[in-house]
Amino acid sequence: MYSDKVMDHFRNPRNMGEIPDADGVGTVGNPVCGDMMNIYIKVKDDRIVDVKFKTFGCGAAIATSSMITELAKGLTLEDAMKLTRSDVADSLDGLPPIKMHCSNLAADGLHEAIKDYRQKKEAEK
Amino acid sequence: MTVRRIYLDHTSGMPLDPRVVDAMTPYFDRVYGNPSSPHSFGNEARRAMEDARGQVAALIGAEAREVLFTSGGTESNNLAIQGVALRNRSRGTHIITSAIEHMSVINPCQALSKQGFQITSIPVDSYGVVDVDALRAALTDHTILVSIMYANNEIGTIQPISAISEVVHAQGSLLHVDAVAAAGQIPIAVQVDAIDLLSLSSNDLYGPRGVGALYVKAGTRIQPIVQGGGQERGLRSGTENVAGIVGMGAAADVAQRELSQDAARLVGLRDRLIHGLVDAIPEAYLNGHPTQRLPNNVNVRFNYIEGESLLLSLDMEGVAASSGSACASKTLEPSHVLLATGLKHEEAHGSLLMTLGRQNIVDDVDHVVEVMPSIVKRLRAISPLTPKELM
Repeated sequence: MYSDKVMDHFRNPRNMGEIPDADGVGTVGNPVCGDMMNIYIKVKDDRIVDVKFKTFGCGAAIATSSMITELAKGLTLEDAMKLTRSDVADSLDGLPPIKMHCSNLAADGLHEAIKDYRQKKEAEK
Repeated sequence: MTVRRIYLDHTSGMPLDPRVVDAMTPYFDRVYGNPSSPHSFGNEARRAMEDARGQVAALIGAEAREVLFTSGGTESNNLAIQGVALRNRSRGTHIITSAIEHMSVINPCQALSKQGFQITSIPVDSYGVVDVDALRAALTDHTILVSIMYANNEIGTIQPISAISEVVHAQGSLLHVDAVAAAGQIPIAVQVDAIDLLSLSSNDLYGPRGVGALYVKAGTRIQPIVQGGGQERGLRSGTENVAGIVGMGAAADVAQRELSQDAARLVGLRDRLIHGLVDAIPEAYLNGHPTQRLPNNVNVRFNYIEGESLLLSLDMEGVAASSGSACASKTLEPSHVLLATGLKHEEAHGSLLMTLGRQNIVDDVDHVVEVMPSIVKRLRAISPLTPKELM
């Protein structure tokens, strides 16, 4: 059983879609396992000014992706790197225990997107 | 506004037929003797139980004395496999089963493999039909038991049981058939097909849960797995669940009388649902066999999306279904049945199982056909796997 908040984010995902000229993209999970997500970020002055997602997966995978975009928008990269899987689950009023491990990948996806941005930035120097 | 609820998950649980409820009612409070007691109270209960045994036997073309009552399909499968294996160990330690059996067949076999038995699992083709040649090749002088289901509970594929029976008996092995999903859906005749043991579940016949039966052909060597007071010819001890058994008997009786008309109606609904989905939605495919298929079974996969999110979306539309997805299971593994038919993991994850029942009507099917395209479209729009041309 999912919380009302999970169901709300599943029904009306926030910030769903791609950012074609994203500054960083993070891909986590694998379709073989049943969950895979892409997180796209737009960065200005070390701050996340836009963030979007696309997810293949269960209700929890879609809801956590949606939630991470809400949590991350407007944060500095440093603060966004501090967001954890538990932050995402807590903001959704919890997840069923079996979903904590397999479908709660959104924080990892965001971190990967930030790393991707930083690597690209490094390469430009 | 409340959404009209539509139940398409009969493989997970069936409602009791009202006639079954009526038949059971006196056996909760008015008839309460123990069938083993020699007084009039016991006699009443015993007579009701023996009537039910006859009704269950009639459904599968058996003699009443060849039917034992158990606690359900799982216990029947366990008793058949462990009971035959342990009793016939001196004759051999090889058991053959298929790749698409229910967990209540697979797990007892695995447990036996830790006790020195060898287990061979026969593959199936892309429709889920057991490879009879592979079965013939796998049989040896040491094969004591072959356990193959009559029809699969997830993809609905009906097995060529009489061909399987011929091959098994040519080698002198025993044949156990798990008919939990098939019984009540298609005619079963244990004598015609020369089946030695056959498992049934009451709930899958619109009877109460917690009751099942095992057909054991007269003369079959088997030992009990539950020891006690020696009920059910010593093969299943424990005071009998008389109300449940009476319910299963009534359910079997209704199923036998109404099977052909029920099946014809369900096949019509089934094919309407399958075509309504597969024809309307791009990259939607039927899992299982198009015609060698249980009348109540629809299993369709939708590429690029995941089954649990499909279930949640359907639930919001009032429709209850089931999925082959790992996310909807307790084990986090996608359905072993779908994988055995050659589907990739991501295809198994995107599969949806809908099982029809007596109460479903054409409107139910049409509602699903109406809401599904937009559900699939929405989830595909969210998925990063969806190709651009499908968006």
